[in-house]
Amino acid sequence: MYDVAIIGAGVIGTGIARELMRYQLKVVILEKENDVADGTTKANSAIVHAGYDAPFGSNKGRFNVEGNAMYGQVCKELDVHFKQIGSLVLAFDEEDRPTLQELLENGKRLGVPGLEIIEPDRIREIEPNVSQKVVAALWAPTAGIVGPWELAISYAENAMDNGAELRLNTEVTGITKKENKFHLMTSTGEVEARLVVNAAGIHADDIYNMVAQSEFTINPRRGEYFLLDNEVSDLVNTVVFQCPTKMGKGVLVSPTVDGNIIVGPNAEDVQTKDEINTTADGLDFIRQKAKLTIEELPFHMNITNFSGLRAEPSTGDFIIEESKQVAGFINVAGIKSPGLSSAPAIAVYVAETICAGILGSHAKRNPAFNPKTRKKLRFKDLSDEKKADLIRVEPSFARIICRCETITEGEIVDAIHRNAGARTINGVKRRCRPGAGRCQGGFCGPRVVEILARELKISPMEVELEGKDSHILVGETKGGADE
Amino acid sequence: MEDRKMVCISCPIGCRLTVTESNGEYAVEGNQCKRGEAYGIKEMTDPTRVVPTTVKIRGARLRRLPVKTHIPLPKPLIFDAMKLINEVEVEAPIKVGAIVIKNILDTGVNIVATRSMERTE
Amino acid sequence: MKAYDLIVVGGGPAGLAAAVEAKKEGVDKVLVLERDRELGGILQQCIHNGFGLHIFKEELTGPEYAERFIDELKEMGIEYRLDTMVLDISDERIIHVISKAEGFVTLVAKAVILAMGCRERTRGALAIPGYRPAGVFTAGTAQRYLNMEGYMVGKKVLILGSGDIGLIMARRMTLEGAKVLGCVELMPFSGGLTRNIVQCLDDYDIPLMLSHTVTDIQGKDRVQGVTVMKVDENRQPIPGTEIQFDVDTLLLSVGLIPENELSKGAGVQLDMKTRGAIVNESMETSVPGIFACGNVLHVHDLVDWVTDESRRAGKFAAKYIANPGGQKEEAIETIPGQGVGYIVPQRIRPSQVDQVLELFMRVRDIYVGQTVVIRVDGKEVQAKRRGHMAPGEMERVKLPVSLFNGPGVKKITVDVESR
Repeated sequence: MYDVAIIGAGVIGTGIARELMRYQLKVVILEKENDVADGTTKANSAIVHAGYDAPFGSNKGRFNVEGNAMYGQVCKELDVHFKQIGSLVLAFDEEDRPTLQELLENGKRLGVPGLEIIEPDRIREIEPNVSQKVVAALWAPTAGIVGPWELAISYAENAMDNGAELRLNTEVTGITKKENKFHLMTSTGEVEARLVVNAAGIHADDIYNMVAQSEFTINPRRGEYFLLDNEVSDLVNTVVFQCPTKMGKGVLVSPTVDGNIIVGPNAEDVQTKDEINTTADGLDFIRQKAKLTIEELPFHMNITNFSGLRAEPSTGDFIIEESKQVAGFINVAGIKSPGLSSAPAIAVYVAETICAGILGSHAKRNPAFNPKTRKKLRFKDLSDEKKADLIRVEPSFARIICRCETITEGEIVDAIHRNAGARTINGVKRRCRPGAGRCQGGFCGPRVVEILARELKISPMEVELEGKDSHILVGETKGGADE
Repeated sequence: MEDRKMVCISCPIGCRLTVTESNGEYAVEGNQCKRGEAYGIKEMTDPTRVVPTTVKIRGARLRRLPVKTHIPLPKPLIFDAMKLINEVEVEAPIKVGAIVIKNILDTGVNIVATRSMERTE
Repeated sequence: MKAYDLIVVGGGPAGLAAAVEAKKEGVDKVLVLERDRELGGILQQCIHNGFGLHIFKEELTGPEYAERFIDELKEMGIEYRLDTMVLDISDERIIHVISKAEGFVTLVAKAVILAMGCRERTRGALAIPGYRPAGVFTAGTAQRYLNMEGYMVGKKVLILGSGDIGLIMARRMTLEGAKVLGCVELMPFSGGLTRNIVQCLDDYDIPLMLSHTVTDIQGKDRVQGVTVMKVDENRQPIPGTEIQFDVDTLLLSVGLIPENELSKGAGVQLDMKTRGAIVNESMETSVPGIFACGNVLHVHDLVDWVTDESRRAGKFAAKYIANPGGQKEEAIETIPGQGVGYIVPQRIRPSQVDQVLELFMRVRDIYVGQTVVIRVDGKEVQAKRRGHMAPGEMERVKLPVSLFNGPGVKKITVDVESR
């Protein structure tokens, strides 16, 4: 029996697992997909918000500011890309100025450091390319950007390094509670646990409904994005928001930790929880809106589009609590924006205050807990001398697989064999970026298929792009597969 | 009298031909070279194509060896030829030009390797 | 640091021809660097025929064409390294390379020829909406899987874009038993060679749908369907024209882009139109001693012209190595005028042209019976009528040096005019 079973291996579930490993507990993460970070975590703005947005007294307000302050250390321990580049909220009209002032005051009350309203001269010093129409901006120096799936993957890896279990392809189909023990029916067998943490993202209400009449619903709200080539990486230097108006929230233009530019999102309520497609209308909306920030945005430098579903809770705020109906069942639900920003703080709160609180003396501190993951070797970032040294020791780092991003075979092999390692093409891409560049895997795709097949000892025809039935190759030529 | 317009595929220029038939005699217009004339007439009487494809290969670094028909094959026989080509498996090493299938479908057309491959295992 | 006279980056058709030519011109120490496991570049996956009519006066397949140059290179004893990646090139022609065999190595050369080729435009470049399932491939990637690795990428296929690789793949997939339902082209004309429309689509009754585009991709894991719509004259989809294709694969053949990361690192100035280097008549870039040829310079539709161009690069690199100071003179600029997309070379030094200057260019639209007019500093010097010109077919224009060799000449303009 496990002490804690966590449903969902997004940044919330994996973060909680990692923080739980500070105790001597048996923890399992159950994930229905074939990789961690496969839901909302892999498709969002990748922003660590400063935290001036949410109402005072809300969970969002509290955890965003706390989470932001924790980012530097967490990402250092887990070797995750994080850059505290600051953010701007642009006002395009004098009428918007009171909104900036309200945000500033709200932010101060929530404890966001360093907020100030700045004027066009200073704005253009920070962002030379923004529209001439900008009249003022809210500057938030603590805002940042992060690799969101990187964080979830590293959380999972660190949790596993410290003894947690990760069960992929394991969908929870039913939950019962008998004698202070949860029985979770899953697609890979039954799991027993004292506590259940429901971190199932957009499916959190469905999961909760398995043990209770859920008091909340989670509605999928889609956001679509453009990702531009790193050739235009100097377009903006900070996270650039637009001042919210009665016309809507606006879209952001921001660098990513990998040197691309992200533009988006729109916000559209969708009917089902699998509508992760982009749409002509959605993309057009973003194109039009983004022009406000930068008139000549180089959309011809687009390398990919994607969309993600935010878990929009009916309550309007994060739901982070033990169920009042079912003792030991902990909902961590409705974690929409600023969920990524809040993740480190939510993880600590759920692990220490809620779980350890319920488990009491059963939750003993784990003196062997190691908060650090093994350093990732990023060939591209090494000095010439270090490159030469590395190749001497490990020749697989001399074989470049991805030309666009200069990713070596050594990095890919490592990404496959780490804890919570890559199993799919996109899994490899999210861990070390082959295929994330401008050719989008045109050259390296066949090579990554080959490496995955070799390392996992499977046929190239079994290698998947991402989901469970996303085979890349459907057979052999010469009718080989049909014979 | 029959009149047919076609694009010559003998070279990348792609001349637009008009082939006229009269009492079994063909006249070609629009061609810039002699190959065009020949192509126009052949296309009316006995259309043929070079078929480039691959065969399985053992013992080479790659799993397929590129091959082609050494001269054009009658068009209607392309898929029948492919069936036979798909059955073949050759063994590395192999030299460019080596005959992989001789006289396929009794057409006098050979299937030949279009590159050399070394033996690697 | 190991020193060479000439280092050629890329062992595809351009690099091979350039290296061989330079060696013939007397360059002693030549090195070809190739990132793949064998020489020949993309030609090794282009197993179709249609190459070599100009250079060899016979019709060859890609691998046959490549093998002739590889054989020649080996016979001449030219050094080459496989599985070797160039990390960067400096404007002083210092090159860092890595390979499993030799590790991290620094090289230096008196001259460098850039011959890295190009890559394919992707779904992202077109921002095609829809899901992101497996089964969306660029045509070249599919070609590699099929022809070299022996795997099928799909059974029911739609092709977006009528570039040559897409057309060739329509036939290849059909021959391997797949059903190709159509080839969809945004423009009102094909982007590929007409002969390929005939022998790859028409021969197999595969419809070519001009003025259409893909507007949606369905399927969460693997492609399950693709929506195609007709477009208006502004290339915008026309509501109500949706056609649903029940396919498991979408191949994209929507253009190629020269791969110039290394060139940029070396400080080479690029042409916004070709997305390749700006070169002079000798194929020399803005950085002295660094030359460029083949698809890294501008995208060709025929390898024969790549060979021609690369031989020129090899020859002039040899000349540069023998006399690095070179000829200092003001260059004339070539200007793409009305109806002309781009011209290569972009700079001309008349003293370096051997009697006749050859310009490569692409027109912007389909032109029938139009006249190509050349002006030197605004004064018409040549006008030649052309039967048929298309953006998918590169045009060559020859201009005797006597027509522009005057003092103080600034520019040569090429226009397409109806006369």
